[in-house]
Amino acid sequence: MNASRGQIWFDALTSNASNERTASGNEGPIRSADAPLGDTSARFITIVPDPHNRFARATDNVVGLEQGWLLARAVRNAMDADRDASVKRPIVAIVDVKSQAYGRREELLGVHLACAAGVDAYASARLAGHPVIALIVGPAMSGAFLAHGYQANRIIALDADGIAVHAMGKEAAARVTRRSVEGLDELGDRVLPMSYKMSAYAKLGLLHELIAGINADAPGHEDIDRVQSSLIAAIDDARKGPRDLSSRLQSADAKRIRAASIEVRKRMAEQWDAS
Amino acid sequence: MSGHETFIAQHSFIELTARERARALLDAGTFRELIGPFDRLESPWLAMQNVVCQADDGAVIARGTLGGEAAVIAAIEPAFQGGSIGEVSGAKIAAALEMAVREFEAGRKILPVILFETGGVRLQEANLGLAVIAEIQAGIVALRRYVPVIGVIGGMVGCFGGMSLAAALCTRLIMTRQARLGMNGPEVIEQEAGVEELDSHDRRLIWSMIGGEQRAAVGLVDTLVEDDTDQVRDAVLGAFESGVPASHRTEQVDAQLERLARVDPSAIDPVVLRTLWQGDA
Repeated sequence: MNASRGQIWFDALTSNASNERTASGNEGPIRSADAPLGDTSARFITIVPDPHNRFARATDNVVGLEQGWLLARAVRNAMDADRDASVKRPIVAIVDVKSQAYGRREELLGVHLACAAGVDAYASARLAGHPVIALIVGPAMSGAFLAHGYQANRIIALDADGIAVHAMGKEAAARVTRRSVEGLDELGDRVLPMSYKMSAYAKLGLLHELIAGINADAPGHEDIDRVQSSLIAAIDDARKGPRDLSSRLQSADAKRIRAASIEVRKRMAEQWDAS
Repeated sequence: MSGHETFIAQHSFIELTARERARALLDAGTFRELIGPFDRLESPWLAMQNVVCQADDGAVIARGTLGGEAAVIAAIEPAFQGGSIGEVSGAKIAAALEMAVREFEAGRKILPVILFETGGVRLQEANLGLAVIAEIQAGIVALRRYVPVIGVIGGMVGCFGGMSLAAALCTRLIMTRQARLGMNGPEVIEQEAGVEELDSHDRRLIWSMIGGEQRAAVGLVDTLVEDDTDQVRDAVLGAFESGVPASHRTEQVDAQLERLARVDPSAIDPVVLRTLWQGDA
């Protein structure tokens, strides 16, 4: 089996990893390691296929019951290590997740809670002052992206085949909206948030950077250097900004496309106190 | 009271609209809606897909008092697009949570309640629905450092998709037995994993897995209530009384992994799980 995108980029970005990597191991669905990045050290975390996972519906690179809690552990372990540090280490979520795990056992056992544990860990790390960066190198789908990446201070994506952010897989969305896959593409060109193209997603103001011209499947030294430079710039930017997600409404794109989101905040503030 | 009198005295919470629910929970005469229907902040994305908009986009934000203390309630309207979260309805909830955080930063207190009734992301607003759900989640995590964030899942829509994660982030959850709480709706599971994985028409099986009674029995929600407005209100007031816990459910990584480790995936069902997870929520 070929290595997943998440594994490829995890390996590329942690080739100089410290002992942490052996400690966290190469078993199971989560990879976590500290590795040098610029003049600091960052925690890199990704989800990989886990063919032997004891939950049969969670053997792919998806967020299932164990994945959610293990993600939370990897993030919280970095928070604990920096509890007394004045400068908190950056945390990079390498995002390559097809979906949450769909299954009867998953629902019974509370996959929503496991995914929420991932959300909580990343949000809490951000609030504690860790620059949290999501690096999208594959699909970033729906609840899986919420659990692993969407709480980041800054989101960076490669612009390459196989990379998309969306609330629902294309085939399933076509079924539910009773359109053909081609019809869905046409709709996405008219209605921006419906699009499966990263160029359209970039216009929503949610992305810090879309990096074009990278070999996503077999990154060379130059590719890795470029991505590392982007990560370093995003970390610097995050350290200068607020710890909440308000930066997502600041760009020129956001002011245009998310005008309604901004208007809601404005009126909520105006009407908050009784006149 | 006799059984008959109790029965007659009940007032359904489920049958109320989002606006009526918020009004019924707040102290009498204190309901004040923010960004109400006359603000006409509608979805910018539905009309271009020939879907009729609603003037409040299916979310009601109300301030008032709860037991005499300042409160804010975010209520989702199940009758509009299945309670789905679009850019505007989601931004209203996120903005209310963000404003509540500011209250605490300014040294004031406010009690936040979210009334969940939602299938999750509104598919016609896909990526923006997902983005605002992330913002709602960020708001809950930021706010619950100061005050319990209380979630109520009334039914009959229940709470699904990304909003089930938002519910799980709440400090305490109150649920009726009619309501369901799950990440993937039964139809989605059947579609993605096949009817042999889950038959979405088997209502008894579905409620036995993700219905309020089961969720309360295995510690995934805190309080089970009857479909009665007074009971819901009492449960909400009670949920604030014990304050912010030392750790939230989503922070209890070791304990929850240990709970999972006790489960044998080849021999698990709702009844077995109740025995396995009883009393350690």
